[in-house]
Amino acid sequence: MKNRILTFLVALLACAAVVSAQGRRGLKINEVMIANDSSSVVDDFGRYSAWVELFNSTFGPLEISSVYLTNDPANPTLYPVPLGDVNTDIPARQHVLFWADGEPNKGTFHMNFTFVPGEDNYVAIYDANGKTLIDEIVIPGTLKPGESYARKIDGEGGTGNAEAWEVRDGSDALYITPSSNNIIKSTNSKVDMFAEQDENGFGMAVMAMCIVFTALLVLSICFYIISRIGAHVSRSQKAKALADSESEVAAHAEHDSGEVIAAISMALRDHLEAHDRESTVLTIDKVRRSYSPWSSKIYSLRELPHR
Amino acid sequence: MTFSDFIMQNLQEFWHLTGFYNATWEHLVMLVVGLFFIWLAIKKNFEPMLLVPIGFGILIGNIPFNTTAGLEVGIYEEGSVLNILYNGVSAGWYPPLIFLGIGAMTDFSALIANPKLMLIGAAAQFGIFGAYMVALLLGFAPDQAGAMAIIGGADGPTAIFLSSKLAPNLMGAIAVSAYSYMALVPVIQPPLMRLFTTKNERLIKMKPARAVSQNEKIIFPIVGMILTCFVVPSGIPLLGMLFFGNLLRECGVTNRLAKTASNALTDIVTILLGMTVGASTQASEFLTSETIRIFLLGFMAFVIASSSGVLFVKLFNLFLPKSKKINPLIGNAGVSAVPMSARISNNLGLEYDPSNYLLMHAMGPNVAGVIGSAVAAGVLLGFLA
Repeated sequence: MKNRILTFLVALLACAAVVSAQGRRGLKINEVMIANDSSSVVDDFGRYSAWVELFNSTFGPLEISSVYLTNDPANPTLYPVPLGDVNTDIPARQHVLFWADGEPNKGTFHMNFTFVPGEDNYVAIYDANGKTLIDEIVIPGTLKPGESYARKIDGEGGTGNAEAWEVRDGSDALYITPSSNNIIKSTNSKVDMFAEQDENGFGMAVMAMCIVFTALLVLSICFYIISRIGAHVSRSQKAKALADSESEVAAHAEHDSGEVIAAISMALRDHLEAHDRESTVLTIDKVRRSYSPWSSKIYSLRELPHR
Repeated sequence: MTFSDFIMQNLQEFWHLTGFYNATWEHLVMLVVGLFFIWLAIKKNFEPMLLVPIGFGILIGNIPFNTTAGLEVGIYEEGSVLNILYNGVSAGWYPPLIFLGIGAMTDFSALIANPKLMLIGAAAQFGIFGAYMVALLLGFAPDQAGAMAIIGGADGPTAIFLSSKLAPNLMGAIAVSAYSYMALVPVIQPPLMRLFTTKNERLIKMKPARAVSQNEKIIFPIVGMILTCFVVPSGIPLLGMLFFGNLLRECGVTNRLAKTASNALTDIVTILLGMTVGASTQASEFLTSETIRIFLLGFMAFVIASSSGVLFVKLFNLFLPKSKKINPLIGNAGVSAVPMSARISNNLGLEYDPSNYLLMHAMGPNVAGVIGSAVAAGVLLGFLA
């Protein structure tokens, strides 16, 4: 029993650890500005500082206090996100902005390091253990003042993959979006695609019916196979049981004659004095249950199984 | 201010809060609709467990009051009691609980004994996608069309679940339409079944289903959940709960849980679901031309679904040996109105041959329809959400 409880607790802890790790891995560096030249956003003190936008790419809230931000690969624990600030709990698919102004005494979101314009700058997030890398990116030194380096699609493209990033100059096509989605959507792209490509719905009908048929056909085939296996197992068990009983009968044939069995039965009956009069009275009582549209079929089919 | 002025001013303010002062003709129409539903349920015995809560919910939701007074009583006013109860609908967690109960009540033996009947449940889902095409023709956007088309699955909880995700503004009308047509299944289906079958086909006698072992019944929900959810992960809330409920029923060691899921829990959720769906049908959202189109579309979806089930069986019979022919009267049961449509198959079969009991055979496609409509909802959600 103790072993079972121990195994269960270990499994539970392992699951919790995996879930936690999966959650933190959803934190992404989403957009960075190295030189803020007054065309972008100001901090709470009215100053134009470099900034790093983090994005919670998961579909649940993500608490990021105690993770580390750094611009030095050799020092992964440079800036620990402080505990006790409710704003470090990022809602699902939302963003938070950190200022790289080297003044951590100005608040939770002001980091203790800065970037150097004109050079390649490194920025990374490490988990609370200071060892597990969550995300990193190198921002090219060619980035001009007022330009940002952003993921093409929010939160997508993996870790350190420059292919998934682009330089944004603030133009209509390459807009800069601190604390906001890198791609601003006003409509559901999937719905738009169906409206455009499948005007009469024929494509949807064909695809969906294929999927529904596939799901139920696979289930159907699966249960056909299971029933065949079940029937085979049942037959072989029956045959085995029959063979066992035949061999047992053969083994006892010369000892247990019909007369002996009848004598034993008579003796047992005399000894137990059973079955002349029962002490139990069997009655049939009508069970009244209110009708339910979901449950009514139960009464016409069968009772719940009992073990 | 004199005392009489004080009294008069307060009485006047109170008068402005009353339903009599705030009533419009739309409110009165909706109250009549609510009363009609209650009358249908009590007098005509049409799905009373659903239409009484929905009907009374319509009454509750359409009592006129001053919405600017900050009374926090309306279903759409955040923090009100009705709004809290409505969260189960708007966030979509009532339908999976209902599915848990359905799973705990449903005996899948007929389906396990004759797995090919699952395909009838799949064929009937064409009602959904046929209605989707018609909805697009009527000018609805794809997501709205998908939410409305699910009425063809004849499954109230699924319709609510999907519409709450794809078209929350149409959910009230879609839910009421779905439940209305489910209540009208005995009226809609028999003429279609007669229309698409010959007398000889109606007389087909099917072999009794084989006995299904306890092990098969236990394996079914586990394998069923894994396979269907692997194909359509977006259907996990409905399919997962359906098969979980069935495992509770069949495993033999959780009878208490199965009984609670199939009785008390389902009843509680049905009450809350029905009442809040009814209350959400407020005049401003409900009395529109869209509602009329949704009802028309719902009717069409039911007709297509029932017909395609029957026609699929006829097609299927072309490939089956004579001894294994399926009576096409069970084709209508491919919609997931459990167990109503299976009973209709049985009754119609008995009408033509008093010794031809089709109930157990019809239960196969009927429960396959439950799975099929949940899969279809998952497909629509995956494509359009």
